[in-house]
Amino acid sequence: MESFVHSLVKAVPVLSGVPMWTLTLTAMILSAAVLLVFALTFGGVGSYVLRKVAGDIQARIGPNRVGPNGILQFLADGVKLVLKEDIIPAKADRFLFALAPYFVFVGSFAAFVVLPFGVGLIASDLNIGVYYVMAVTSLVVVGVLLAGWASNNKWALLGGMRAAAQIVSYEIPVGMALMPAVLIAGSLSLQDIVRSQGGLLGVFGWNLFHNPFTFFSFFLYFTAAQAETNQTPFDLPEAESELVSGYNVEYSGIRFGFFFLAEFGDMFVVAALATACFLGGWHIPFLHAEALPAFWGNLLSLGAFLAKAFALVLVMMWIRWTLPRLRVDQLMRMAWKYLVPLTFVNLLGVSLWLLIFKGKGIPQMIASLFG
Amino acid sequence: MNGPADLIFYILAALTVGSAILVAILPNIVYSAIALLFAFAGVAGLYVFLSADFLAATQVLVYVGGILILILFAVFLSHRISDVKLSNPARFHWQAAFICLSLFGVLSYTVVSTSFPVKPGTVYQPSTAEIGELLMTRYLLPFEVASVLLLAALIGAALLSRPEGRKGTSSDMEEPK
Amino acid sequence: MGMDKLLVIGAALFCCGLYTILTRRNAVAVLMGVELILNAANVNFVAFSHYVSRVIGGQIFAVFVIVLAAAEAAVALAIFLRLYATTGTVEVDTADELKG
Repeated sequence: MESFVHSLVKAVPVLSGVPMWTLTLTAMILSAAVLLVFALTFGGVGSYVLRKVAGDIQARIGPNRVGPNGILQFLADGVKLVLKEDIIPAKADRFLFALAPYFVFVGSFAAFVVLPFGVGLIASDLNIGVYYVMAVTSLVVVGVLLAGWASNNKWALLGGMRAAAQIVSYEIPVGMALMPAVLIAGSLSLQDIVRSQGGLLGVFGWNLFHNPFTFFSFFLYFTAAQAETNQTPFDLPEAESELVSGYNVEYSGIRFGFFFLAEFGDMFVVAALATACFLGGWHIPFLHAEALPAFWGNLLSLGAFLAKAFALVLVMMWIRWTLPRLRVDQLMRMAWKYLVPLTFVNLLGVSLWLLIFKGKGIPQMIASLFG
Repeated sequence: MNGPADLIFYILAALTVGSAILVAILPNIVYSAIALLFAFAGVAGLYVFLSADFLAATQVLVYVGGILILILFAVFLSHRISDVKLSNPARFHWQAAFICLSLFGVLSYTVVSTSFPVKPGTVYQPSTAEIGELLMTRYLLPFEVASVLLLAALIGAALLSRPEGRKGTSSDMEEPK
Repeated sequence: MGMDKLLVIGAALFCCGLYTILTRRNAVAVLMGVELILNAANVNFVAFSHYVSRVIGGQIFAVFVIVLAAAEAAVALAIFLRLYATTGTVEVDTADELKG
């Protein structure tokens, strides 16, 4: 942010009279606003795409009334949610009931800060990027627990505790499955991880093809992340048919809208992390994005990143409407007995590979054979 | 530190100490737990001011995302479901307040009147690489001992919270076929 | 100087934690007080590491304190749940017999 502000002051000499901290603060607030607008738009358009994909897979049309092909459905939904009556159950804890959606939304939105959208497009390139995302997404659990408790409703409490147990259990495979990318890059910073995948032209620089362990770890990460964001087949805590929508059963109107937006925000964060760590992030195949002039490099790399992230979100939605739901004990068994040992073995495998082959992946070794 | 950095530091300090006071005096235990969350978050912010970025993320990850969840689970599991307002009355207010305030007075006076050998010029640098290296070389033994201790705590907690079943039989632990 | 303010914050956290331990009847609230005291100690460690010694050992010690606090909280809460199962309450006054 500081370097961006410096370059802005050089470009616009009028601003050199303003103290540095005002400019930095304004730049921070503006970038946060841009990210917020992106998150909310993604939540809205994502809900429309979700329903269309659901309709496709279930052999029906989906929303098609509001606007051409139903494309304004999310605006109608948004207006409906905002205009609904704000009902708080009589015996519910009012303060915690109102506070819980904010925790969930902050836990999901705060991770947007470190996502590498383009060559220079990152709100804050923290040098603990991946670790920061893991730390911040654990705030969602507190919100879910409070929502379940404050609703004064047995099903909400049960759903809240199950959701909290599920998210906490799947945090471990998520973190461990991201570690191979960190090991290959040698840094927790997401821009460093993306840059480390840019060696070979084309898709072969991606961490996905670096060695068989990272290939496996991509699928482990995707599975664990699908569980952590409470998507089917792991969505028992908020299943409509099982638990009457779980911890958010008493929420209506814009409070429910917060939970809904937080879920889509989480989906995007998970997909963005998967693209940044395994699918090459903002690298464009057969083009060296960093060598292009600033505007085109940023624009093309932003397009590449969003295309990959949206493709992964579509895959998540596809899996969501295809597979049946796991029972809660099957869910916990899968986390603790299958995913946790597999991710640890995977991490060990990657470490040994990097030690033996001195950090080179399979494509790099093949490329060095050809000179 | 320039202007806004000082202001943010004071806001974080007020958040931390204010939340800690709320933890101590709020009668409803769930509200105390939420105040504790803000105290932990405030301390994490203070760590960032002390160039301890890895430690700040660890604080949020372990304390907010782990210990606070455990505390909330314990609160929810140790009350009947009909009690919405979990009241937690305190006693010996005045004696304890006197002790704690006098202790705070003594500690602050000691701190303010001692001249610590502070090295001039603050340095902000990322700490993750150094911590990782030291944990693997100089502090390897505490690292390994901590992992064994965590294993023991895990087994102990799981054993202690096993449901009271039929004595000796482990048939309730088998997976459904 | 920043260090004085940080040490005073640490002292304040310690005293709040001590007040919580002394006055509360609920065992989980006593545990919350213990966590506040551990945080106060951590703040002191990191403040000294940053201002006085410029060695990162203070932060490493704080990492170990966090790890141990997590382990201790897990076992303590398991014990509290056992107490609730046998006596029906988690008030510290009821845990006054060594038998059972």
